[in-house]
Amino acid sequence: MEAIAFYTFAILTTVMFLITVLTNHALYALSALAAGMIFISAFFFMLGADFLGAIQIIVYTGAVMALYAFGMMFFDTTRTVVESRTSPQIIFGLSGVAALTIVAIFVAPIISGNITALYPAIDGVGNSQMVGMVLFTKYLIPFEVAAIMLLVAMIAGIVLAGKKMDQSLTLMKDEVECETKEKENV
Amino acid sequence: MMEITLQHYLILSTVLFVIGLIGVMRRKNLLLLFFATEILLNAVNIAFAAISSYYGDMTGQMFAFFIIAIAASEVAVGLGLLVLWYKRTGKIDLDTMTSMKG
Repeated sequence: MEAIAFYTFAILTTVMFLITVLTNHALYALSALAAGMIFISAFFFMLGADFLGAIQIIVYTGAVMALYAFGMMFFDTTRTVVESRTSPQIIFGLSGVAALTIVAIFVAPIISGNITALYPAIDGVGNSQMVGMVLFTKYLIPFEVAAIMLLVAMIAGIVLAGKKMDQSLTLMKDEVECETKEKENV
Repeated sequence: MMEITLQHYLILSTVLFVIGLIGVMRRKNLLLLFFATEILLNAVNIAFAAISSYYGDMTGQMFAFFIIAIAASEVAVGLGLLVLWYKRTGKIDLDTMTSMKG
């Protein structure tokens, strides 16, 4: 049963992400990415990480994808995206890095065969409760730092996108140019 | 049917990561480049959750949470910059962002 679910969601996720990567329409890419995010949360539920699965749906599909959808209203998304080719050196280098990453991923569990659980899951304690116990004792400072980081990101988003929302920046001259012209006029 | 082991999840994570890398290599549109980075982050999250589950350890899930937080703030700042750039120049192609003449 678990195997059927795993292979079904693996194929679905792979296909969705391939559409995201290979399509030439930004809207198709956005929809396929949102679907892939939801399918990924199924893996978290299968792995017993219920809280992580819920967070995946709420934060990724609810917040991040909605933010992209609203952001895309600023852009001209109806035209097809034309991708120009990069230089073969860059592709060669990045492919090498990708191959090394694959080797590292498959070798890592073999090397760390004697791994022991640092914060082992306790029997009879639910996943959400366990997450709370670990997060608010051992990872309290990273949690607070992440909160500050999100606050900074929120302020940055408001300042960057919201400032001068009613004006068109393309029609606006550079501020330096304007200042010099004003001085000349004076 | 055979049992699903840790290797299955790691292979799936690798496949998704490679798909994300293909996207990063292929894309010139900066918005679609952001989508590819989201795929990369999600692929790593699957590996973290799988290792966390199979070793009975909570650390992997904790790191997955922090990765999600980082992804959310990355989107907020990146999209803000992108909107600002689009309002200035009307393009979000990576090749046009060469205002610093090096």
